[in-house]
Amino acid sequence: MSGFPILSLMLLVPLVGAVACLFAEAKAARWIALAATLVDLALGILLWANYDVGGAQWQFTERLPLFAGFNYALGIDGIALLLIVLSVFLMPICIGASWIGITKRVGEYMAAFLLMETLMIGVFAAQDLYLFYIFFEAGLIPMYLIIGIWGGDNRIYAAYKFFLYTLLGSVLMLIAMLWMVHEAGTTDIPTLMNYDFPVQAQTWLFLAFFASFAVKMPMWPVHTWLPDAHVQAPTAGSVILAGVLLKMGGYGFIRFSLPMFPEASAHFAWLVFGLSMVAVVVTSLIALVQHDMKKLIAYSSVAHMAIVTVGLFAFNVQGIEGGMMVMLGHGLVSGALFLCVGVIYDRLHTREIARYGGLAINMPKYALFFMLFTMASVGLPGTSNFVGEFLSLVGIYQVSTWVTFVCTTGIILGAAYMLYLYARVVFGEQKHADAAAMPDLDTREWLMLAPLAAAVLWMGVYPESFLAPMRKDVAALDARIARAKPEGDSMLKIGEPKASAAHEEHAEGAH
Amino acid sequence: MNPILAIVFVPLLAAIVAGLGNRALGNTVAKSITTIGLFTSCALSWPIFLSFLSGHSFLWGAGEPTVTPVLSWVHSGTLSFDWALRVDTLTAIMLVVITTVSALVHLYSWGYMSDDPDQPRFFAYLSLFTFAMLMLVTADNLVQMFFGWEGVGLASYLLIGFWFKKPSAKAAAIKAFVVNRVGDLGFMLGIFGTYLVFQTVSIPEILAAAPALKGAATIGFLGARFDTMTVLCLLLFVGAMGKSAQLGLHTWLPDAMEGPTPVSALIHAATMVTAGVFMVCRLSPMFEAAPAALTFVTFIGAATCFFAATVGTTQWDIKRVIAYSTCSQLGYMFFAAGVGAYGAAMFHLFTHAFFKALLFLGAGSVIHAMHHEQDMRYYGGLRKHIPWTFWGMMAGTLAITGVGILDVFGFAGFYSKDSILEAAYASGSEMGRTAFYLGVFAALLTSFYSWRLMFLTFWGKPRWIESEHIQHAVHGEHEHSDDETSHDHGHDAHAHAHDDHGHHAHGDGTGGYHPHESPWSMRTPLVVLSVGAVLAGFVFQPAFINTESFWQGAIAYNEHLIHAMHGLPLGVKLSATVVMLTGFAIAWFAYIKDTSIPAKFTEQFRLVYLFLYNKWYFDELYNFLFVRPAFWLGRKFWLWGDVGIIDRFGPNGAAWVVEKGAVVAKRIQSGYLYSYALVMLLGLVAAISWMMAR
Repeated sequence: MSGFPILSLMLLVPLVGAVACLFAEAKAARWIALAATLVDLALGILLWANYDVGGAQWQFTERLPLFAGFNYALGIDGIALLLIVLSVFLMPICIGASWIGITKRVGEYMAAFLLMETLMIGVFAAQDLYLFYIFFEAGLIPMYLIIGIWGGDNRIYAAYKFFLYTLLGSVLMLIAMLWMVHEAGTTDIPTLMNYDFPVQAQTWLFLAFFASFAVKMPMWPVHTWLPDAHVQAPTAGSVILAGVLLKMGGYGFIRFSLPMFPEASAHFAWLVFGLSMVAVVVTSLIALVQHDMKKLIAYSSVAHMAIVTVGLFAFNVQGIEGGMMVMLGHGLVSGALFLCVGVIYDRLHTREIARYGGLAINMPKYALFFMLFTMASVGLPGTSNFVGEFLSLVGIYQVSTWVTFVCTTGIILGAAYMLYLYARVVFGEQKHADAAAMPDLDTREWLMLAPLAAAVLWMGVYPESFLAPMRKDVAALDARIARAKPEGDSMLKIGEPKASAAHEEHAEGAH
Repeated sequence: MNPILAIVFVPLLAAIVAGLGNRALGNTVAKSITTIGLFTSCALSWPIFLSFLSGHSFLWGAGEPTVTPVLSWVHSGTLSFDWALRVDTLTAIMLVVITTVSALVHLYSWGYMSDDPDQPRFFAYLSLFTFAMLMLVTADNLVQMFFGWEGVGLASYLLIGFWFKKPSAKAAAIKAFVVNRVGDLGFMLGIFGTYLVFQTVSIPEILAAAPALKGAATIGFLGARFDTMTVLCLLLFVGAMGKSAQLGLHTWLPDAMEGPTPVSALIHAATMVTAGVFMVCRLSPMFEAAPAALTFVTFIGAATCFFAATVGTTQWDIKRVIAYSTCSQLGYMFFAAGVGAYGAAMFHLFTHAFFKALLFLGAGSVIHAMHHEQDMRYYGGLRKHIPWTFWGMMAGTLAITGVGILDVFGFAGFYSKDSILEAAYASGSEMGRTAFYLGVFAALLTSFYSWRLMFLTFWGKPRWIESEHIQHAVHGEHEHSDDETSHDHGHDAHAHAHDDHGHHAHGDGTGGYHPHESPWSMRTPLVVLSVGAVLAGFVFQPAFINTESFWQGAIAYNEHLIHAMHGLPLGVKLSATVVMLTGFAIAWFAYIKDTSIPAKFTEQFRLVYLFLYNKWYFDELYNFLFVRPAFWLGRKFWLWGDVGIIDRFGPNGAAWVVEKGAVVAKRIQSGYLYSYALVMLLGLVAAISWMMAR
């Protein structure tokens, strides 16, 4: 494979497809989009198959100097590889989800999605700072259009809110990038990842990047765009938003914040922990009282992403690998949950939880899939999210028992709001005749959900397939940031006489 | 192929086939696949157990601990754990308990669930549960144990909510899962802490390293410093408390009775709820290194044993009585473990599985005969009508109350419960003695509520006429007899309306209803389990309690304690028998001799009665402390926090400022070019904000 520009090809295929879709009829546009995404999926599998686990850190590199030090430079490590595979895996499913639901301006819609695919892959493959920035920011535009044109009733408000939030953070990031290039004299990301910026400068650089990534993630309290965006976006838009766009924040932390500003990352770790702890508890409780299915799942995403951030800032291998696994798992599971909502939204055109009930009677196949993804979302062992959450929390436990304790309450609250949702939608009596008359999954829907179900179980039972490619890169990152590693609060001491009064105190405290 | 792979994975395959095949397969095929699968597992398990019992290899049982690797799971830095199946004495005991009870429950369900429209789903869930439970007991590392732990939780959730149309079943299922998750929080933190301390999650490695840390290490936890092993064991024990419904986290178990009765027998009596006891025994060398944690285990066990027994004396629902009885018996197992008698704890787990499954299946048979009436106030005089069920229940009652004569013969509970009480007394510790007295008192209550159940159900005159279910059944038989096969578990609203119809003229309280004995598929399990309830104690007591070689190091075996147990005064040894007879006598007086006593008693001690009848008001307390505040906080965080503060002062506020600014700017039009430029700029911004605020 060496020398073959497979990454460029993966960028090009959807781009060409997008242009073709713009000029095609509705029916043709659908097939073009499906073909383009399937070709990209095939290329993605090829990429994964040819990725040399344990080989060079950066593989499939391409470099073309353009102007003023600006390069068209692509290349991936294991972390980027997995996120690219996630993106190309979700795309055909998104096209499938839009097959019937989208009836106006189909060509433009498909073009927007394909453009988005190019930009997403670009974000994960870019090795040049400016190139990354372009892909990162340009990704806003198709998403903005998808929400603003094909969204629900209040789509304009949601689209502007989405745009305003995400753009605000990005401006600060651009300024930081300009300064970094000036200081380090290069735009090459791998070089910058090993460049030691002065500790004072790291502080504001970190904050500038943090502003952008925290919004993307999204972290509390800059999360309020997410529920609105999800609620208004069409199903496929929600899938890609939850599945991939949110992961750009986490990817940013792994690629930029941690390796480029290790000292500042350690310094601000407590900010991250604090916001994450608030997010886990607050957004989980908010999810508990939602009446709108999509809003509920959107709030649950905020809580799950908080587990990612604590894992990443745990400064150890388990935490970072766990954070990555949660990102991948959440990408599949929340995407699948939004599809599940989409399936019944297509039939009844409401997201109001109270309008459903007793779906297990008339939609048993749907009930089974929904159950699986619900359980994956609450982190049942054997599903994708468990591996990630477990590793993240193992990682953070080595830093702080308090943070672990607060974040682990997420498993209780998560179970409460997801099962409450499931019970209201799928269990119970059939209260409404129209909901009771809905047909079960058709072949198209089955083909969308089954691969996701398989992937969720695969990641849960044999996560080695996903851990192996990133192992070396995470170890490298861990070595890079080791010098700033914070001291854990457990501080195990062996060989001391035991403190006698402590036991009773704890026996009380455990409850 | 290694038989343990078949034992564990055949139920999984059966569950997948039956679950996915569902209606395409049809009832009979789905039921046959799962039932045959379970009997296969069961047949493969017994030789393994017998090989450990004899200490020699027997058929495919090696008679010594083995570990069968299955698949690599997670490797992250120094943390790694794989899928593997461990078989040692402890596992072998659990294997036969799980597969035997599960196989019998599968068979029983053929009869019990025969009218249900959703049978393949039910049998698939049962088999799935069995798989998860087997994964739990064969775990070689803490994470796989947690997998099984959560897997049985899932199956329990699905089976409690099996009749998902009923709001009460729906709520009970969620409650069971969420309360268990509170325990899981402790379990997970325990695993994290264990990994931090030992740098491994492999159970044998942890157990090998644990004794060295006894009282010799401290660790920081939530800002304070504690003895390391105490912290770890207490955290893990919180998990055990959730799964085994111990005081504080017990509230889900009585509600779990919403599930079909075979489920109650399998999951909420014989197997899943004993997982906590199994965990403590499996990790016994670890707990031995944490005396303070063991004291806590003893305390919780004894308190639960007492608490649940008191509540059990007042309940009317036959399944709830048995559910509280289960809770109470689990308390016995825990305080046995707490005083270091892990063998006795496992022995009681073993015998309890047989007689409690028997009692539940018997209760199911009664409920089946009484047309889904569960209230004992409407039973009475059933002895002659359903003799098989009666004798099965009788065997179970004799076993649970611990009937027997010292050194001659006794029913199962006689040996296991007495061992526990003796161990508690012999341990000599203050908490051990407390547990002994609470345990003896609970034994009195056990005898009382068990016989109360028997007398109310099988003796006296029929009181069936007052039951809505029975009226409905009788009415249905008269009006449209073939429509009765449809499953109706709700209280039918118009059942009352037929009170005054002439067909209740029978003066004997039967209301013209004829209870039918259950079919052979339900009677066979009763017979098999009766044999277990009668003989399990007598046959297996020497191995479980007195033989260190039987355990082969699978539990921490306390030689000293066993010796102390043999030298106890006769008064201690007889105390359980004495209170058993006392409880029987009280029940006989109150429910046979003079049936007005209970009413008088409740009148006299109204507050005590209400306190017990309302289960010490735990549900009300938790509702007030946790459930309602959670929803209240959720609404406040949402409407005040997100909408009222973040959005108002964030994006909406920005738009508002720009909009108002634009209004002001409009008024100051002056004709100067520069102010028009400003207005143009502001207008542009205003256009955006107008769009946004629209």
